[in-house]
Amino acid sequence: MTSHFLIRSLDRGAIAFMAVIAALAVIIPALNLAVPESSALHLPTYLVALFGKYACYALLALSIDLIWGYCGILSLGHGAFFALGGYAMGMYLMRQIGTRGVYADPTLPDFMVFLNWKELPIYWYGFQFFPYAALMIFLVPGALAFVFGWFAFRSRVTGVYLSIITQALTYALMLGFFRNNFGFGGNNGLTDFKEILGFNVQAETTRGALFSISCIMLILCFLLCRAVIASKFGKVLIAIRDAEARTRFLGYRVESYKLFVFTLSACMAGLAGALYVPQVGIINPGEFAPANSIEAVIWVAVGGRGTLIGAALGAVVVNYAKTFFTSGPLAPYWLFLLGSLFVAVTLLLPRGIVGTLRHWTALRRDRESAAAEDGVTASPPEPLPAE
Amino acid sequence: MSFSRACLVALLLAFSFALSCATARAESLDEALAHFTADDFSETIAGIEAVAASGSPRAEIIIRALQDGRLMFSAERKAVYIKDDADKLTDAATGQPIIDPPADVDMVRLNNRLRGAIDAAIGALTLLSSDPTKRYEAAQAVFKSREAVARPALEAAIAKEQDPRIKRVMIEARAAIILYSDDASDADKLAAVDVIRQRGDQDALGVLSGLPAGTSAAVMKAAAVAIAAIRNRLVLWDAVQNAWYGISLGSVLLLAAIGLAITFGVMGVINMAHGEMVMIGAYVTFVVQELIRNYDPGLFDYSLAIAIPLAFVFSGIVGIFIERCIIRFLYGRPLETLLATWGLSLILQQAVRSAFGPNNREVGNPSWMSGAFDLGGITITYNRMWIIFFSLAVFIALLALLRYTRFGLEMRAVTQNRPMAASMGIRTSRVDALTFGLGSGIAGIAGVALSQIDNVSPNLGQGYIIDSFMVVVFGGVGNLWGTLVGAFTLGIANKFLEPYAGAVLGKIAILVLIILFIQKRPRGMFALKGRAVEA
Repeated sequence: MTSHFLIRSLDRGAIAFMAVIAALAVIIPALNLAVPESSALHLPTYLVALFGKYACYALLALSIDLIWGYCGILSLGHGAFFALGGYAMGMYLMRQIGTRGVYADPTLPDFMVFLNWKELPIYWYGFQFFPYAALMIFLVPGALAFVFGWFAFRSRVTGVYLSIITQALTYALMLGFFRNNFGFGGNNGLTDFKEILGFNVQAETTRGALFSISCIMLILCFLLCRAVIASKFGKVLIAIRDAEARTRFLGYRVESYKLFVFTLSACMAGLAGALYVPQVGIINPGEFAPANSIEAVIWVAVGGRGTLIGAALGAVVVNYAKTFFTSGPLAPYWLFLLGSLFVAVTLLLPRGIVGTLRHWTALRRDRESAAAEDGVTASPPEPLPAE
Repeated sequence: MSFSRACLVALLLAFSFALSCATARAESLDEALAHFTADDFSETIAGIEAVAASGSPRAEIIIRALQDGRLMFSAERKAVYIKDDADKLTDAATGQPIIDPPADVDMVRLNNRLRGAIDAAIGALTLLSSDPTKRYEAAQAVFKSREAVARPALEAAIAKEQDPRIKRVMIEARAAIILYSDDASDADKLAAVDVIRQRGDQDALGVLSGLPAGTSAAVMKAAAVAIAAIRNRLVLWDAVQNAWYGISLGSVLLLAAIGLAITFGVMGVINMAHGEMVMIGAYVTFVVQELIRNYDPGLFDYSLAIAIPLAFVFSGIVGIFIERCIIRFLYGRPLETLLATWGLSLILQQAVRSAFGPNNREVGNPSWMSGAFDLGGITITYNRMWIIFFSLAVFIALLALLRYTRFGLEMRAVTQNRPMAASMGIRTSRVDALTFGLGSGIAGIAGVALSQIDNVSPNLGQGYIIDSFMVVVFGGVGNLWGTLVGAFTLGIANKFLEPYAGAVLGKIAILVLIILFIQKRPRGMFALKGRAVEA
C-alpha cells in the first residue's frame, strides 16, 4: 500500500533530489576522510559539521513545509520542537560523559554538581540508554504538539491566532529553560559532550557518519512527507488548506487531520534537533528564541512553500548566505539582507524558488501543448496555495 | 509675648539639661576625648557616647572625623587630633592647628560595632540640624539603631520639633529606645508598644519581634497583639502595592498594545514591526534630549512635551511609508504580512543599531518625573504615575478620535464594509494608509513614555511585541475597550502571580493561561459578533 503511494508519488524532481542528497551523504565524508589533507580536494572537518547543520535545518524546514505548505498551519514555534528533540539528545550525551566531567561525578552532570544538587531529577532517569533517549526524541516534541494541537485545533484557533500562540509557546519554553532550577543547565544549556554510542563526538569519522545519517534521515522524511501528501489523507490536508470550512461541511473531522499532521511534523522537527546537537556540540535555551522559528519559516518561503524540495533547498541557501555574511566583514549587513529577504520573497516571489520554477515549466508546457494541439484547451497552471 | 517665648525656651533648655544630667553621661569634651587615647575598642565606644552627650558644637565634626578614619591620637601626649585633607593636624577639641605635631600619631581604630555606635551618635547629633530632611533621616536612623545614647538628644529634639511628621518619627524612635532599655517602667513600655503599633511598617515589626529577654509578660503580650495587627496591615498594603505595580505594568502594556489594537484589531494587519515603531519613538526622545542638552539645557523639563508630537509624526510617517510600499500589496494575506513585517522589523533594528550603536542610550527623566512619594504603606514613583495617566489620556484621545472625527467615522466605515464605504465616496486606500500611520504614530508616543522606564536600545521593541499581541488577542480583536481591560488584567495578574511563582514562572503561567483562555474564547474577551467574525 505504502510502496504503491511511494512509487506513484515520485516524479523526476523528487528522484533527482534524493539522488543528490544520497550522493552528498557519500561524497562529503569521503572527501574529508579518504582524501589526504595535502590534496586540494580535501574537505576540512569543520565544513562537514557545517553541512551536517544545514542538513538538520533542511529537515526542520521540511517539517514546517508539511504543515504550512500542505495544511496551511503557520507555526511560529517549530523551533520549540526542534530544541526539545535537541535537549533529549543532549541529555543522553550528558549522561555519556560519566566521570570524565570536571567534577567527575558518575551520575550527575557537571552543572547539577555545580548547583549542589544531590541526586538526578526523575525526568533525567533512563537517558543513559540510547533507545530510551531515541524514543524521547520523538515522544517529547510529539506529546507537546499533540496536547497543544488538541487544545488549539479543537477550539478552532486558526490562522494568525495560531501563529501567535505558537510563538508564545516557544517564548514560554525559552523563559523556562533559562532557569537553573528547571534542571536543563539554565543559561549554558548542555554541552561538553564526549561520546555518542561509544564513538568520540569530536572524531572526524563520527562527524562524517553523523552527516551521512542526517542525509539519510532527510531522504526518509522526504519520502514520508511525499507518502502522506500523495495519499487520500494528503488530499484532505490540501482541501483544509484551501477551504477549511468547506472541508468541515463535507463531513471531514478537520481537527483530527490537523492534529495528526501537526504531531508528525513536530516529531520530524525533534529528529532534526536531535541530529543537530551532536554535530554542533551544544544545546541551549537560545534555540527556543521566537526569532529562530520565524527564520525557519522564511527558509520555506524562500525555497517555495508546498514543494518539500524547495523547503530543504531554501534552508540550505539561506543558511549558506548567513554563514557567508556573518563570518566576513559584511556581518553588520546580514540582518538587512535577511530582513529584505522576508519582504522581497513575500512581495515578489510568493511561490519561492522551486515554486516559481515549477510554475514557469508548467506555463511553458501548456503553451507547447497548446501550440501542438491547437484548439485543445490547456489545463490552467497550478494556482498559488491559499493562506 | 517674647518674654513668655523666652521663658519657654529657657524651660526647655533646663529640661533637656536636667535629662542629660539624669542619664549621668555629661562629661566635658576634654574628658570625653580622653577615652580615644586608650587605643581600646570599648574605651572608644565610651568616647563616642561621651562626645555625643557632651553637647559641644565640635561633637559632630569629631564623630565624622572618626567615621572617616581621620581622628588621630597621641598616646604620649594624651591628646586627640583631627587630620584634614592636606594631612595637617588640628586639635580635636578646639580646631586650632598644631604647630609641633607629636611623633607617635596613630589613627583611632574602628570595628563594625564601633561603626554602629558612630551611626547612632551621628543620628543623635543631626537630630537638631536645621535641615528638616536631615532631621527626618536622623530620627529614622535612631529608630533603627535604638541606641540609648541618642535618648537625651532625642528628648531635646522632640521638645523643639515643629514639623508633626518628623516629630512623630522622633516619638517612635524614643518608644523604640524605651522598649529596649532595662530601666523603663512597664507602663512606659506599653505606651511605647502602642506608638510603634501606630507606625505599622516592616521596621516596626522588627522592633516588636526582637524585644530583649528581660521584658515583662504584659509587654510581651501587648507586643504580640501589635505584631499581629501590623502583619494584617502589611498584608493589606502588600496587596495594594501589588495592585499598583500591576496597574503600572498594565499601563505600559496598554501603551504598547493600543497602536497594535488599531493596526491588528481594526485593520486586521499583523504588524510584527510594531515594537520597532515603539523603539523609533524612544530614539526620537533620545535625539530631542541630546539636542536640548547641547543647545538649551534649560528646556530639559519640556523635552518630553517636545518629543511626543515629533515621535507621533515621525513614527506615523514611517508607518504610512511601510503601508504604501509593502502592506497594501498584502491585504487579505495575513500570514505573509506577518513575515514581511517581521523582516521589516529586522531591517529597522539593524538600521537603528548602525546609526546609534548597539548599546543602551541615556534618556533622562525630567525633574517632574523623577522622585517618589509615600502614600500610606506604599511608595509611588512619579514616572510610573505619569505613565498611567498618560496611557489613559492616549486611550481616551483615541476613543474620541474614532467616535467624533470625520477620519474616525471613515475609518470605522472602511473597517465594517469596505465596498460600501468606497461606494459612498470614501477613498479607502487613503484611509488604510492613515489608519496604519495612526497606529504607528501611537506606538511612537508609547516609545516616548517607555523611554522613561526602560533601556533605550535597538531591542526595546522586541521585548514588547509578544506581550502586546497577547493583550490584543486576550482583549478581543477590533475593540479598544478589550485592549484596555486586557492590558490591565494581564498587568495585575502578572504582578499578583510574581510573589508566588517568581517573575519568570509568573510570565510562563500567564502565557499558558492565555493559551488556555483562547481555547475557551478564541476571539478574545470582547469578540466581534456576526459577519465581521469570518471576514
